[in-house]
Amino acid sequence: MNIKFEFDIYHDDYQRAGSASSEIKKYLAQIGLSPKLIRKIVISSYEAEMNVVIHSFGGKLKIEIEDNHISLTSVDTGPGIENIDLALTEGYSTASQKVREMGFGAGMGLPNMKKNSDTFEIESSPKGSIVKLSWVIV
Amino acid sequence: MKVLHLLQDKSFQLVTGKDLDNEINGIYSGDLLSWVMSHAKAQDAWCTVLTHVNIVAIASLVQLSCIIICENAQIDVDTIEKAKQENIIIIKTKLNSVEVMKKLMTTHA
Repeated sequence: MNIKFEFDIYHDDYQRAGSASSEIKKYLAQIGLSPKLIRKIVISSYEAEMNVVIHSFGGKLKIEIEDNHISLTSVDTGPGIENIDLALTEGYSTASQKVREMGFGAGMGLPNMKKNSDTFEIESSPKGSIVKLSWVIV
Repeated sequence: MKVLHLLQDKSFQLVTGKDLDNEINGIYSGDLLSWVMSHAKAQDAWCTVLTHVNIVAIASLVQLSCIIICENAQIDVDTIEKAKQENIIIIKTKLNSVEVMKKLMTTHA
């Protein structure tokens, strides 16, 4: 099995935000992954999706499912993360007041993704950020 | 306890949702989406004053049994529409989250 999905994510699109993660969840349930693993993946994909919506100029969320391995990659077009160490600190957020009023901006996005994945890699420049996560299917 | 048992108490009104046999196994209160997503358990009822459309995504992703909108917070029309599409139950109440919990612990224990 080698299945790939790719979703376009738009800056400031709070209406559609979460729909990629919903699609991912439905598919993972269909192929019979454990609820525990599905939860980890969809928490991560939702956080990745919201990071692109809130903080980037737009980007893509990609998921690849193989026999015993799942990888999720978020790629955006900037403006990049100024300080990755700070962004990985629980509670640190650069989200605007407007975004916080909607319940986002808890400063838990990247920490939640890291906590819920088996491997976590991030690289960022003013041209954009790439976050790669993966899980082993056991 | 099932959602329909909660609705027998007139403090709670159903806004949308059909699966009133959904079990409520616990309750979680919070208004930070990331926090709720990582700490609420499947089948929890979620007490919040957030009402925009993303609450439906959270409830669906972590399989919460229902969303209880506290303190008569005004619910966005888009949120209700999305909840219908995703089959998520929304209940509203004038109570705050602490009062909801007290009620659940005393009358539905």
